[in-house]
Amino acid sequence: MTITRRTFGIGALAVAGTAIAPQVMSAGRPRVVVIGGGAGGGTVARYVAKASKGDIDVVLIEPTRTYYTCFFSNLYLGGFRDFSSIGHTYGKLASDYGITVVHDWAIGVDRSKKSVQLASGADVSYDRLVVSPGIDFRYDTVPGYGVESSNKMPHAWKAGSQTQLLKAKVEAMRPGGLYMMVAPPNPFRCPPGPYERISMVAHVLKQKNPTAKIVIVDTKEKFSKQGLFTEGWSNHYEGMVEWLPGSIAGKIKRIDADKMEIHTDAEVFKPDVANVIPGQKAGTIATAAGLTNDSGFCPIVPATMQSQMDENIYLVGDSTIAGDMPKSGYSANSQAKVAAMAIRASLSGSKLFPARFANTCWSLIATDDGVKVGAKYEATEEKIAKTEGFISKTGEDAQLRKQTYEESIGWYNGITTDVFG
Amino acid sequence: MLFPLIAVKAAVADDAAVERGKLVFKSCASCHQVGPKAKNSVGPPLNGIFGRRAGSIDGIRYSDDLARAGANGLVWDRNNLDAYIENPRSLVSKTRMQFRGIKEPEKRADLIAFLRTFSDNPRDIPEAAPTATALSHDPAVDPNILAIQGDPDFGEYLAGECVTCHQVSGADSGIPSITGWPTEVFVTAMHAYRAKTRAHPVMRMIAAPLNDEEIASLAVYFKNLQP
Repeated sequence: MTITRRTFGIGALAVAGTAIAPQVMSAGRPRVVVIGGGAGGGTVARYVAKASKGDIDVVLIEPTRTYYTCFFSNLYLGGFRDFSSIGHTYGKLASDYGITVVHDWAIGVDRSKKSVQLASGADVSYDRLVVSPGIDFRYDTVPGYGVESSNKMPHAWKAGSQTQLLKAKVEAMRPGGLYMMVAPPNPFRCPPGPYERISMVAHVLKQKNPTAKIVIVDTKEKFSKQGLFTEGWSNHYEGMVEWLPGSIAGKIKRIDADKMEIHTDAEVFKPDVANVIPGQKAGTIATAAGLTNDSGFCPIVPATMQSQMDENIYLVGDSTIAGDMPKSGYSANSQAKVAAMAIRASLSGSKLFPARFANTCWSLIATDDGVKVGAKYEATEEKIAKTEGFISKTGEDAQLRKQTYEESIGWYNGITTDVFG
Repeated sequence: MLFPLIAVKAAVADDAAVERGKLVFKSCASCHQVGPKAKNSVGPPLNGIFGRRAGSIDGIRYSDDLARAGANGLVWDRNNLDAYIENPRSLVSKTRMQFRGIKEPEKRADLIAFLRTFSDNPRDIPEAAPTATALSHDPAVDPNILAIQGDPDFGEYLAGECVTCHQVSGADSGIPSITGWPTEVFVTAMHAYRAKTRAHPVMRMIAAPLNDEEIASLAVYFKNLQP
């Protein structure tokens, strides 16, 4: 389906400072409903509420009462943060921004009636809807592994209890044991994430279980920041980490969580601890609402983050097809600001500026050894396109790597304040 | 940006330039020492400054900004020394070096020639010519640009990109605070990133596509922020 300027009243490309005639609203404030209170949805809710100063009613639907950020969860695994420091609550969004925070699941969207059905049975009507559900798993990419396997072999790819579980398993692993990871196929949330996790697990094992081994079975032939991680593993964890790309390991044939076995074309692994990260798709509510295409993710209009399927619905974060942007918390927060601006422009006639996006991903390889990769993006007719980027270099000195790590801490404080108030 | 690389003479610099530079150095001598008896003063001794990492002398109370710049990889060379001497705030916004800067390029070139005689292995340093050498960095921000009135609404929108890292609360750990900054300091810093006078890769990337209006608008927004 091609999107033309006529399809959307706002227009796919906006001129700086254009004021849009506000919609004619029925009595009462216009309402924006946001499904998902993570880095994407939380940011949209806060930015719409903050800028509209009460003129727009914002309802945020988020099942969890405390949000544990996936970003920095690896640092908790590595012992660099405690668990509570990556947890954030929604009280401030309610008290300081007047957002109606509802802890419930959205189980359906009626796009013709413009209402959201909640698991508790309530219906919430919307003028504009934001869907930011993150990801769900494609279990077909890991035959034999399912929801019921996630205690024996945690994915820990949605942070919280799973992260605590994985950390406990790492610390309880028998001396000289084997830690395995099944790394996910593209596209997946947080491209450097699995490899930062390996670094953090190696850091723990080096201290507590130095004869342990780590094997990564990957369907991919390369991964994000590969040169930097490979150098770091060799510098800090010599001999401990083995990465097997698809061409060597072959496909995953079968996973048996009860028996703790992972069968690939090349061999049968019997790990002591296994972290299986399945392939991914948009959070299920997006599919239920008819917002996904065959890829399992959601096509969007780059200039506004509107769904290509419905002009009253906006999508941000990991569930979207965001062109050159990776799936990350930073990207979700960046896209959310474009969406918030576009929503307010469509509801209240505030200015619509050209969309700007950015992302930076920091990864920690070892104590005080941090690296980063990032880019800026712009909205083109067909996708969100990278304009320029940068990446840390191999061989950087210790002072710069330490500064990079400290910068990431500053960023974490900044983004969590930006999302949760 | 290219500057003419003048062939380096094997031995000492143009004596006349060094002698003129020694006179210019009097403006610096209240805080910086050079020569065999040079010690820490208000500022570090400038022996061996070429090729030295910024913020690396023990016992000197460097500003957070300069220490951070050094940690991010700032190493003094002829080019960035020229920028720093012209206007210290172009490189380091909250520098402790309270110095108005030297506007005349020939005077700076002479001073740098003088300083160079106290460095063992200067690299990439053209001789200070009797006439001004071409500048290899953008000059300090034109007063007309500093005078641009930014649009605070536009600045607020653009700032969405900044506040993920630069917290509006003014908290300052790992990433410097820019809340409440005077517009001139803000504009000078952003122009230095855009001109690549400053090295930080994230900030260079952020600044590169910004035009003068956008920088001015951001400056107004951040100046007016209450923590």
